Amino acid sequence: MPRISINQSRCKGCGLCVEVCPKHLISVDRGMNKKGVYPSFCSRPEDCTGCLLCVTACPDVAITISED
Amino acid sequence: MTGNPEKSAYSRPESLRDVPTHFCAGCGHGTVHRIIAEVIDDLGIRERTVGVAPVGCAVVAYDYFNFDVTEAAHGRPPAVATGIKRVRPDLVVFTYQGDGDLAAIGTAEIIHAANRGENITVIFVNNGIYGMTGGQMAPTTLVGQPTATCPGGRDFQLAGPPIKVCEMLAPLDGTDYIARGALDSPAHTRTLKGYIRQAFLNKLEGRRFSLVEALTACPTYWRMTPPASLARIREEIIPQFPLGVIKE
Ligand SMILES: Cc1ncc(C[n+]2csc(CCOP(=O)(O)OP(=O)(O)O)c2C)c(N)n1
Ligand code: SF4
Ligand code: SF4
Repeated sequence: MPRISINQSRCKGCGLCVEVCPKHLISVDRGMNKKGVYPSFCSRPEDCTGCLLCVTACPDVAITISED
Repeated sequence: MTGNPEKSAYSRPESLRDVPTHFCAGCGHGTVHRIIAEVIDDLGIRERTVGVAPVGCAVVAYDYFNFDVTEAAHGRPPAVATGIKRVRPDLVVFTYQGDGDLAAIGTAEIIHAANRGENITVIFVNNGIYGMTGGQMAPTTLVGQPTATCPGGRDFQLAGPPIKVCEMLAPLDGTDYIARGALDSPAHTRTLKGYIRQAFLNKLEGRRFSLVEALTACPTYWRMTPPASLARIREEIIPQFPLGVIKE
């Protein structure tokens, strides 16, 4: 099963991953990190199919996905 | 699989250092850096690649890439890359240049390196603006596009139309590969990666001057959100800068 992980300190909150997730699993509405950024979260990681569209969109390599 | 978004797992490519970048949120430079690093990993050439960084927002590429990178004076990466490649023909040498660097102050350098058929790869990151210095008009700014130096939009009568670098260089006999891609969608981003891969492969096969242009966003000085910037690339820029392989 694909396991998505979003690095909360590397994410700059650009929202590009939010736009491309075909299952609308990602949002940026869970509060601010230490840098004053609203980082993105995956709300239902168990529904991630590992399509990697968010990874392709992310300019900051903040998203990694592992298979287990 | 490391650095390979065609698979269903993804981890940072080895050719990209594990450090935060100074780029603004949504800036295309981060994505172009990542794609280059993925290609270099895929081709297994990290130990024999040398990059030449521009003046512009990508000036500290040597802090981000995990292989040798040097820095050139503004617009001069093709001259520096020419020197490196001629002295060490066994290396894979590429330049990374913005549109101010390549298409304004560096116009003479790029044309003559292309015309000489230097065996280098050029990654041309066209965001239509001078990002580093505060969003001034670039040679590639669209007619009508507002910038810090043309707040009412680029005036055709005063500044002419945007320059199309790929179409200008393709007729030169020294060029072997010219392509233009964009970062406006994951599909286009993957296609762009294919062009960049080909441009690096050409070096391994001894083919001459190869250039890939990437249409990217500067959300900060376009004064748009990152998603709106990608929509601008799609709706306003691509119709004027057609995508595809222009010469091979
Ligand atoms: C010889 C010289 N002239 C001018 C400058 C000022 N300058 C720094 S970056 C830049 C333009 C960068 O624009 P671009 O190449 O489009 O890169 P971006 O920052 O948009 O990525 C200019 C004019 C300089 N550093 N050196
Ligand atoms: S694309 Fe990357 S930097 Fe942008 S919000 Fe998503 S995880 Fe954060
Ligand atoms: S100013 Fe523009 S080009 Fe420079 S880092 Fe910010 S978004 Fe990128």
